Amino acid sequence: MGEKKRLVLVGNGMAGVRTIEHVLKLAPDTYDVTVFGAEPYPNYNRIMLSSVLAGGSNMKDIVINDWDWYKENGIRLYTGDAVTRIDTGNKKVISKAGVEAGYDELILATGSNPFILPIPGADKEGVIGFRDIQDCNRMMEASKKYKKAAVIGGGLLGLEAARGLLHLGMDVTVIHIHSYLMERQLDEPAAKMLQLELEAQGMKFIMQKQTAGVRGDRRAEGLDFADGSSLLADLVVMAVGIKPNVALAKASGLKVERGIVVDDYLETSMPGIYAVGECAEHRGIAYGLVAPLYEQGQVLAKRLAGVETRGYEGSVTSTKLKVSGVDVFSAGFFQDVPGTRSLRIQDDLDGTYKKIVLQDDRLVGAVLFGDTTDGASLFSKIKNGESVAGKEKELLLGFPAGGAGAGGESQAARLSAMADDEIICGCNGVSKGTIVEAVKGGCSTVGEIKTCTKASGSCGGCKPLVEGLLQLYGDGISGEPVKEGICGCTSLGREEIVESIRTMGLKSVKEVMNVLEWHQPEGCSKCRPALNYYLGMLWPTEYVDEKESRFVNERYHANIQKDGTFSVVPRIYGGVTSPADLKKIAEVAEKYDVPMVKFTGGQRIDLLGVKKEDLPKVWAELDMPSGHAYGKALRTVKTCVGSTFCRFGTQDSIGMGIRLEKAFERLNTPGKVKLAVSGCPRNCAEATIKDLGVVAIDGGWEIYVGGNGGVKVRASDLLCTVKTEDEVMEWTAAYLQYYREQASWNERTAQWVERVGLGTIKAVLENREEREKLAGRIEETLSRTTDPWKEIIETESLRKNFEPLASVQPVIG
Amino acid sequence: MITKIKVAQLQEIDGQGARTLAVGDKEIAVFRLSDGSVRAIENRCPHKGGRLSEGMVCGSSVHCPLHDWKINLHTGRVQEPDHGMVTVYETEVDAETGSVYITVD
Repeated sequence: MGEKKRLVLVGNGMAGVRTIEHVLKLAPDTYDVTVFGAEPYPNYNRIMLSSVLAGGSNMKDIVINDWDWYKENGIRLYTGDAVTRIDTGNKKVISKAGVEAGYDELILATGSNPFILPIPGADKEGVIGFRDIQDCNRMMEASKKYKKAAVIGGGLLGLEAARGLLHLGMDVTVIHIHSYLMERQLDEPAAKMLQLELEAQGMKFIMQKQTAGVRGDRRAEGLDFADGSSLLADLVVMAVGIKPNVALAKASGLKVERGIVVDDYLETSMPGIYAVGECAEHRGIAYGLVAPLYEQGQVLAKRLAGVETRGYEGSVTSTKLKVSGVDVFSAGFFQDVPGTRSLRIQDDLDGTYKKIVLQDDRLVGAVLFGDTTDGASLFSKIKNGESVAGKEKELLLGFPAGGAGAGGESQAARLSAMADDEIICGCNGVSKGTIVEAVKGGCSTVGEIKTCTKASGSCGGCKPLVEGLLQLYGDGISGEPVKEGICGCTSLGREEIVESIRTMGLKSVKEVMNVLEWHQPEGCSKCRPALNYYLGMLWPTEYVDEKESRFVNERYHANIQKDGTFSVVPRIYGGVTSPADLKKIAEVAEKYDVPMVKFTGGQRIDLLGVKKEDLPKVWAELDMPSGHAYGKALRTVKTCVGSTFCRFGTQDSIGMGIRLEKAFERLNTPGKVKLAVSGCPRNCAEATIKDLGVVAIDGGWEIYVGGNGGVKVRASDLLCTVKTEDEVMEWTAAYLQYYREQASWNERTAQWVERVGLGTIKAVLENREEREKLAGRIEETLSRTTDPWKEIIETESLRKNFEPLASVQPVIG
Repeated sequence: MITKIKVAQLQEIDGQGARTLAVGDKEIAVFRLSDGSVRAIENRCPHKGGRLSEGMVCGSSVHCPLHDWKINLHTGRVQEPDHGMVTVYETEVDAETGSVYITVD
């Protein structure tokens, strides 16, 4: 051993640490890592500083990698110590405190500095930038002693700082040199609306004014402007921009323009030295937003880990202003320049503005004010560059919710004719009247109605009706329904989240929530399991499942019952058991006083009422694998007798069923998955109401998908007819994997097939190459699964959670 | 009578997890939040008696595993639109030894 290469990171911020995280995952044990950070903190989420200032989060919430993370990963960390010199000849860095560290590969992630205007008095006390925790603390301190704040710069950063200061109770004036705010992100109409809104919140503006100097003795007392006018202020925040921090690179002889010049693999002019993040300049652009920095980090990590990569090709960026009560979004090229056409809609009554910019038939930019719900979907269209020909106006006006389908009208008529006391949500007993009241009381999304009344909060079966009522009775109040996030913690939908995890390479639930700006720092019981699923699906080889983000049943691998006991269903492949297994089950049931032994609908045996502390013992004595009867996973493969005994059977349905169950047991899926195999078209295994059902015909097999016998009965659709068992296996693998990759968490195949359409699924699966790729990916996932019962039996740290705390000792006093 | 009892070592409780103990005829759930602090409440949801120790811990709340009622671990209060209250017990973690204490009466 001892062959590890030395990797040194200068700059302990989001871009650099991100890169290290990836490197450690892609190539563990390859590098010996040392990190230098000038700030005395672990890596924190700089983007959230404005939220700290505005009171939405505290410092603790914004730490991304805590001290333990560095320790656990064996990283040598020097904080509060900046690197002052790179000795490129001897390949080592030297810090201010005199620490020397040799490197084989060096990453510069020195970030950027606030641009301080070179005006007289800029060095006075009370003049600060807005960049790090220290600036944040200074502002909070200042707000306790002083009253008047001046923020120079009406861009993104300046406005967020100003909003924060306003929140801290200061009298805030923003000085901007241009005629309208945020000119780099907004066009004039949107900017004017923004200014009006902020003025309504109490912010003051001085536009088209050039600051000439800061007046005061030792401490700032006011600003002097170039036209001779002035303003009193005892706190001055300079937020006119950032400049890449290139001093170290420059002094070390690296090629530097605006930032440290890097190629598509983030390598600087000096081999073995890389730069990522705000300090880097790629193809002439130095980025200041998180998404591009993460994309750069991905590429560099792959490069350092020796994994093939296409290289970094630059990013299209989008901006959202994080100021409470104001929704602003912009992306791409949003100014009108020759060669582009734009569509816009301005509504001064509701205070909304939307502009989309087209070049040829592609969407290249967008600006939204007041209502930014379409932001994410517009941004994804801008990024993927697809043709939007013929759909331009729809993009501008938004799609009519629910569509003009034939069912739409009759449902509306039915709902409006319904009596007020009729129950809409059967699980929670919520009547139409209660929901209508909630809508009239201001609920404008299904999520809000759920929070307010509980309707659609359990099985979700009534969601379409709730949506219908919202449209019917919400019209006058809220106009078109607001697009909903996957839960109340975010406004992002499944596609945006999965896409962000993929492109930014997000690797943990906490990180997703952090980067995608969750409203609740630790999410809720809806989004946590969903994110845990998506992460595991996207990164099957790296992601470590978070049991704390799973529902109790999937944590304890048993089904919780209403009295707190659990049920145990051992795996019985294809529903075929043996006298020996039956005896064993009977003995265990007797020994542990199992109150009820029952056959399930899926041809299994259920031991109901097992005490939690008995579970590991019951499993050990059964010595059978988990039947996964509790999870979003492959549940059962139900079979009929088939040609083995049945006089009508045309194929060996039992053999086929067992083979399927052995292949796909332990598979995690968005919703539970039930399979069945019937040996002839009489279909005794009821295969046509299963998530995937196989029906034998003479000389082949029919594969049906998207069936359901539960909340809403749905007969399945014929996917294909094949000749051999091997083909059944291949199509099933491909179908299940495609479902795993495309469906939303908690979406059963029936809903998914309805949503995306059988045609779409068929088109993908009919392509043999696609099928093989999907089958390869499911294989990769399956190869990493183990029997959860066995794991718990053998692992003390997991087993302890089944037992009550033992040693209770009273303490005197 | 008010009694302070030692119930566990911190490492016996997983982060965002819980353990239980019986005190008299009551069951108490002891939670460890992700910030390292420990909270203890009566292990019984006011709705249908669900065992809160089996719930998902999000921030400083726990979601009951039976019907997703959300209970604040600091106040014991059930989040709207549901109503109710569970008993909260005072907790203490000895930073040096990692011993977890709760106070019951």
